[in-house]
Amino acid sequence: MYSVKEPDAGTPARSTDQQVTLEIDGKTVTVPAGTSVMRAAADVGVRVPKLCATDTLEAFGSCRLCLVQIEGRRGYPASCTTPVEAGMKVRTQSDPLHKLRRGVMEMYISDHPLDCLTCPTNGNCELQEMAGVVGLREVRYGFDGENHFKNAEKDVSNPYFDFDPGKCIACSRCVRACEEIQGTFALTLVGRGFASKIAAGPTNFLGSECVSCGACVQACPTATLVERSIVERGQPDHSVVTTCAYCGVGCSFRVDVKGSEVVRMVPNKDGQANHGHSCVKGRFAWGYATHRDRITKPMIRGSIREPWREVSWDEAIAYTASEFRRIQSKYGRGSVGGITSSRCTNEETYLVQKLVRAAFGNNNVDTCARVCHSPTGYGLKTTLGESAGTQNFDSVEHADVIVVIGANPTDAHPVFGSQMKRRLRDGARLIVIDPRGIDLVRTAHVKADYHLQLRPGTNVAVINTLAHVIVSEGLHDEAYVRARCEPAAYEKWRAFITAPHNSPEAMAPITGVPAEMARAAARLYATGGNAAIYYGLGVTEHSQGSTMVMGIANLAMVTGNIGRPGVGVNPLRGQNNVQGSCDMGSFPHELPGYRHVSDPAVRALFGAAWGVDIDSEPGLRIPNMFDAAIDGSFKGLYVQGEDIAQSDPNTHHVTQALESLECLVVQDLFINETAKFAHVFLPGSSFLEKDGTFTNAERRISRVRKVTPPLAGKADWETTLALAHALGCDWKYEHPSQIMDEIARLTPTFTGVSYAKLQILGSIQWPCNDKAPTGTPVMHVDEFVRGKGRFVVTEYVATSERSNWQFPLILTTGRILSQYNVGAQTRRTANNTWHKEDRLEIHPHDAEQRGLKDGEWCKIRSRAGETVLRALISERMQPGVVYTTFHFPGSGANVITTENSDWATNCPEYKVTAVQVTPTAEPSQWQREFTEFSEQQDGLLPQGA
Amino acid sequence: MTTVYVPIDATARSLGADEVATAIAREAAARGEAVTVIRNGTRGMCWLEPLVEVETSAGRVAYGPVDAADVPELFAAGFLGGAAHRLGHGRTEDIAYFKDQERLTFARVGLADPLSLTDYEANGGLRGLRAALSARTGADIVEEVVRSGLRGRGGAAFPAGIKWRTVAATQADRKYICCNADEGDSGTFSDRMLMEGDPYVLLEGMAIAGLAVGAEYGYIYLRSEYPDAERTLLAALQRARAAKVLGDDILGSGERFDIEVRRGAGAYICGEETAMLESLEGKRGMVRPKPPLPAIAGLFGKPTVINNVITLASVPIVLDRGGQFYADYGMGRSRGTLPFQLAGNIKRGGLVEKAFGLTLRELLYDYGGGTASGRPIRAVQVGGPLGHYIPASKFDMPLDYEAFAAGGAMIGHGGVVVFDDTVDMAGMARYAMEFCAIESCGKCTPCRIGSTRGVEVIDRIRAGERRGQNLALLRDLCDTMTHGSLCAMGGLTPAPVISALDHFPEDFQR
Repeated sequence: MYSVKEPDAGTPARSTDQQVTLEIDGKTVTVPAGTSVMRAAADVGVRVPKLCATDTLEAFGSCRLCLVQIEGRRGYPASCTTPVEAGMKVRTQSDPLHKLRRGVMEMYISDHPLDCLTCPTNGNCELQEMAGVVGLREVRYGFDGENHFKNAEKDVSNPYFDFDPGKCIACSRCVRACEEIQGTFALTLVGRGFASKIAAGPTNFLGSECVSCGACVQACPTATLVERSIVERGQPDHSVVTTCAYCGVGCSFRVDVKGSEVVRMVPNKDGQANHGHSCVKGRFAWGYATHRDRITKPMIRGSIREPWREVSWDEAIAYTASEFRRIQSKYGRGSVGGITSSRCTNEETYLVQKLVRAAFGNNNVDTCARVCHSPTGYGLKTTLGESAGTQNFDSVEHADVIVVIGANPTDAHPVFGSQMKRRLRDGARLIVIDPRGIDLVRTAHVKADYHLQLRPGTNVAVINTLAHVIVSEGLHDEAYVRARCEPAAYEKWRAFITAPHNSPEAMAPITGVPAEMARAAARLYATGGNAAIYYGLGVTEHSQGSTMVMGIANLAMVTGNIGRPGVGVNPLRGQNNVQGSCDMGSFPHELPGYRHVSDPAVRALFGAAWGVDIDSEPGLRIPNMFDAAIDGSFKGLYVQGEDIAQSDPNTHHVTQALESLECLVVQDLFINETAKFAHVFLPGSSFLEKDGTFTNAERRISRVRKVTPPLAGKADWETTLALAHALGCDWKYEHPSQIMDEIARLTPTFTGVSYAKLQILGSIQWPCNDKAPTGTPVMHVDEFVRGKGRFVVTEYVATSERSNWQFPLILTTGRILSQYNVGAQTRRTANNTWHKEDRLEIHPHDAEQRGLKDGEWCKIRSRAGETVLRALISERMQPGVVYTTFHFPGSGANVITTENSDWATNCPEYKVTAVQVTPTAEPSQWQREFTEFSEQQDGLLPQGA
Repeated sequence: MTTVYVPIDATARSLGADEVATAIAREAAARGEAVTVIRNGTRGMCWLEPLVEVETSAGRVAYGPVDAADVPELFAAGFLGGAAHRLGHGRTEDIAYFKDQERLTFARVGLADPLSLTDYEANGGLRGLRAALSARTGADIVEEVVRSGLRGRGGAAFPAGIKWRTVAATQADRKYICCNADEGDSGTFSDRMLMEGDPYVLLEGMAIAGLAVGAEYGYIYLRSEYPDAERTLLAALQRARAAKVLGDDILGSGERFDIEVRRGAGAYICGEETAMLESLEGKRGMVRPKPPLPAIAGLFGKPTVINNVITLASVPIVLDRGGQFYADYGMGRSRGTLPFQLAGNIKRGGLVEKAFGLTLRELLYDYGGGTASGRPIRAVQVGGPLGHYIPASKFDMPLDYEAFAAGGAMIGHGGVVVFDDTVDMAGMARYAMEFCAIESCGKCTPCRIGSTRGVEVIDRIRAGERRGQNLALLRDLCDTMTHGSLCAMGGLTPAPVISALDHFPEDFQR
């Protein structure tokens, strides 16, 4: 069921220039050609009764309630499946229509239990509503005939929703939602005639292909598919539109609320990033916000061996301020720093970097984008002039060739993955460049034309071979390059790329990609129409991450694939606000809007606004902070909403650094791994508890709206504000909108952004300023942000992390659908049903060689460390490459990863670690110590916390 | 050398034709007679099957129904010379049932080995295709078909040429010809007899359709209950490709057309054209709403000609002899001939191809000879399980689409099922609803739920429960199904029910 009282026009909108005028119940209406009579009627406020139709799905024509009469036509056409025609005269109400509709409804109700009063959707049920609309007064068939409700058995296998076949009206909205919206094809109608019924695979929902996206539940017009939370808590009384706090897709949701209790989250049909779709995380995994593990009182302690002491906010803030001042006076101004969060709002992130720059007086601020998309920022800024993706998500609907590099959209960006799959089902071609056989390579009605299954670490070699083929075969867009790119840089690059060593034949032994396949893929990319590249951390988290980003930009520029819908270079951001946290000046060398701290004009601007002198020297990056902590020059760290102890590479090194700090302040919802090393814990607020904005992967700024009061009394921005005040700053903000106003004042790409405008437009893609008052869906349209596009020579340099006889396999890492990053949120939900532990995926051949069986323990050892996981034998892997996820701290994925990093940005080389895998029977030394330490830390928490 | 014909048609085989053929070969060998047994298609006189024909100087002489046990006796009687015998009927062509038929579509069926392309060509085959290949444009072919007045023989009787025009006029990178061979109506068998007896005429008709509209690929959607037809079609396809009747260079013209046989999975609804498209696409056979018309967006979303077997098999003669030749047969807007199929309680069941215009009475009595039981005919159902029940008072209706419609009936696919005076029409009405309940695709509500409720209401009426109210409810229910259903399945299920109620009300009062 949709969120409370959402309008439904019945069939999807059509966009065409051709307009058609017709008459419905005497009212004249003009709509785009191809629009259904039903939707046209809705346009003039005429609601035709309906059950199987809904505006998120193509018309189906099965319920027969929406029959109308059309002058000059025989019979009673269904208004949902009948397209408008010029001059048509439609009647939606007449005696024969009333009789027909009542006749149909009488049939429906003869096969439906009359338990409305105890039904979970009582008050928000389309069947109930339609029975009222058509005026059903009796069911002459009685209720003793054949039916589906008397012995119906509920399927409660999914943790989030129930399936009650006894209430099903077989409208197929769920089946169609699964196909058309989600693209999983998990549901089907089985049986014929009266015996037709919905089935999820051969067993039940959990045992089927279902990915629990919730589209079927949302589409269901009855109580057949209903959220368990509605069953348990009842119907909401109002809803609040907000933005999901999971991945970088940034889905808009309606939070259905009863009083101040959340009862459901439903994707917002008006959402400009998600158009009413969702995934199992955003839709259902919000229960962590009220999980008993939430810490709701500030705590301090002298050392990490001491028990935590609950204190007042005032005491915690005062203590923190005094500690930071003490450390600075003892070790110098640069001995403290802060880490902003890609999970917090733009406003909160802005405040943290401002705190570091204005109150700490240095530039020691960094963000977790360091470990994910910093190469994107560097690479795209260098080549195109802006540190952001070039397109909006909807652009994919105009793409003819889609290239997915080092990304797994159906798991990590599921809602966009579904949009992409829809385009692929409609005929776009697909090239996947990935060491692993991700779902997109072959899934329901989608198959990659080419899967370039490269060896991890050879991205740059592969992208160079593609460009080599395109340029040497003359498939590039010479006119575009001449008009839009720097000639000298292009000539230099052209000479480089056409060199024989960049040919697919020369590189094949290194990349493992057959030369003919590379050639075919390159030709397809260059000649297949609009070609769009989507990439993820498989591109950035390498020693040549920045080089690869520039290689992608080169490829797009040389084929003219930037600057219009359907093309572009699209980084798929990992977390909800990676883009925003980078935009907000979280990097040690950049102020908000990607302006370098060495620029005196920029410093002057911010300095004047903030009333301070801004340090002209870039501050420490996260890995530099760790090194400095270990060497004793860095002593105090303020970490907001990040779990560096779990997410950063080489855990041994990270924990050593954290243990070296004198004051570690962690602001979070939970005692995360980092908090176990903290001296001050400031309880954070979930996205449901505050106002603000997130910026998604398409530069879309969307509102986060407060649904319930902060559990611990303060929203995160208020905590940072209090800290600033305690450190002597006189910042005055009463609402996050005022922070955004300040950002807009100081940042040219945000000039036109305000909460008032967000309220009107729904969301805004920056740049938003005088030149683009409603934002910029597609960038670099007439010229690149930097003026002329710049080709950069991208010589392939092999990583120093290589396999050898001791470490013969390459480990690469990734994410899975049901869990989110470090798992702090999703592990505290029923999403564990699908993924309760991280496993090591290994090719059957490699497993066989090692005597490793599926589900058995294996030890993974690298130069950095070792850990133990269960094996998952899978042909998704190529021989020689193993894979794991990093959602559970005890998995120790980062115990194995090394400190190798991108040459330009220090983004860790998570994706390439040489390892050996052997069967084992016991946890690793690290895991034993981890368990012991975790138990110890649990014991130091206050009773009842 | 004497040539003896023993039909290979499934009807004949089910009555022992294979054993008869074996017995003849064995007996001939034993007697040292030089006999060639040819397995031909059926002549369509089912009550005489297995109908053995002997080629004599006077023509083909018929014997039937022949049992394997009769064979020695037949030899002894000199049947190889066409001698008289108690099973003998004289020359086949003189049999009254056969003599006056107007066999245009079935002209060749029964004459020869269905798979012999040489015989096919010798008997006039491929002339239509050659005419089509020499046509100036596809539009010329289409117009010839329009001129013939040929209407869809699957039941809906939509003018084939007009449908083709739409497909021809729709721009697309690909188009398809789909032959609906999901012949599921009760009492019908003309599609099967044609496919088993003269498969090339169907392939030829499809190829002509392809040339007419610009399609290069066709599908025959064949019901799974027709394994003999499938075997025949597959063999015919192979031979047609080998002989370049199909493929990349049809008869050396440079034109291309090929055909694939796709077997259904035993669902009546897949004979509905849009459900058939879904099934052909590999999906559950569910009805699609129209618009879009399949002629504009059909198989895999491409413009598609969907015609029934008999329609497509009638095209070659239209192209061969000209549209006017075909249109000269028939009456009113029903032009040409229709292979009527007599079944049920009938003395002489079989296939009668006649021009439109003869009366139902002529068909039932002159051809059919009345009931097999010898009792009076009480009702006939024309047009399959969704056809109306027609009482004896209406037997003088001419078999013409419009006349039938005006008389509250339909010709449909030309199947005629006969009932004598022992029939319980309330039971037949119930059966109509039951059939729908079992065979409905389950998509639209009136058909999915209404049919089951229909069975229940009729049961209550027959049990005498609140008869007045339930009879009213049944009519309301039928009204909802007629006007509310998505396709003709739900829309026509009330036809047998209401006609039974109207013409035989006494059966609902027992």
